[in-house]
Amino acid sequence: MNTADQYLKAIYLVQRMEDGPAATGALADMLDVSPASVNEMVGKLQNRGLVDHEKYKGATLTDDGIVRAEDALQTYCIIERFLANVLEVEDYRGEASALEAVIDDTVAERLDTIIDRREECPDCFDAEADQCCYLEAPAGESAD
Amino acid sequence: MSLGQRVATDHQLARLLQIGAVLEEVVESRAYHHLDSFEDEEGVDDDVRHLLEHAAEESAEHRSRLEALIEELDAETVPYEEINKLVEAQYAQTKPEDFDGLLYDQLCNEETAYKFYDDLIEAIEASESEFSIDREQVLDTLRQIREEEAEGVEDVTEIMERRA
Repeated sequence: MNTADQYLKAIYLVQRMEDGPAATGALADMLDVSPASVNEMVGKLQNRGLVDHEKYKGATLTDDGIVRAEDALQTYCIIERFLANVLEVEDYRGEASALEAVIDDTVAERLDTIIDRREECPDCFDAEADQCCYLEAPAGESAD
Repeated sequence: MSLGQRVATDHQLARLLQIGAVLEEVVESRAYHHLDSFEDEEGVDDDVRHLLEHAAEESAEHRSRLEALIEELDAETVPYEEINKLVEAQYAQTKPEDFDGLLYDQLCNEETAYKFYDDLIEAIEASESEFSIDREQVLDTLRQIREEEAEGVEDVTEIMERRA
């Protein structure tokens, strides 16, 4: 997943949690980057028609941005589910965040052929919990 | 969440190699499922049968090379039988509809594997971290596998072009 898609996903999740525009500070916290980096990328996404940005309020995804963000969130959900249910990784959320930049969408699509994901994905993603609300955490030992 | 594409630790490297091993297991298992499902269908000639058998054998061989690296990193892989069961469980929903779909699925397998190893090599090269395993040994293995995946893409596209 490229950096732009990670931003779009973050904006999507913050918008859901805040029920409004995604503030720069909230995005910086979620992405663990500086507010200046957020402003720079949001500007780029705005130029590409994926985000509307209002000063002092924050970023809001356009319709095209929402489509891209939902795809990115599906990819993230696949990675989380794969880590939790196939590799039985306890810290599947932390590891999914660390690995999402290296896992391409096409790779996630292949992994998707062995996991059980709901049709309503990503609507069932719980932004606060940072995971699908139907995801069962691994019970056994991890594949470490 | 972290931005950027670097492999920083042994743990992260092992995890990515585990993912590579599972991808190979998926390719192997799906190739055998395709052979079973499409055996009696018209159009599955010797070339295609050979392609699928070769893909399955090559994936098993890639997996064993990845497993050797993963073991050196003190991690484990998911046994093939477990992945085979997961493929089995989802195969009915993800099975190609027809013979062209089968070839396309095989092309996706090869292209996806190529992309995965290409990204992984790039991420290791971009990292300045030291791993407990020899970095060049890992890169050599991954580059060889990537090369074989590129050949796999060519093999499938040749058959597709011949049938067009």
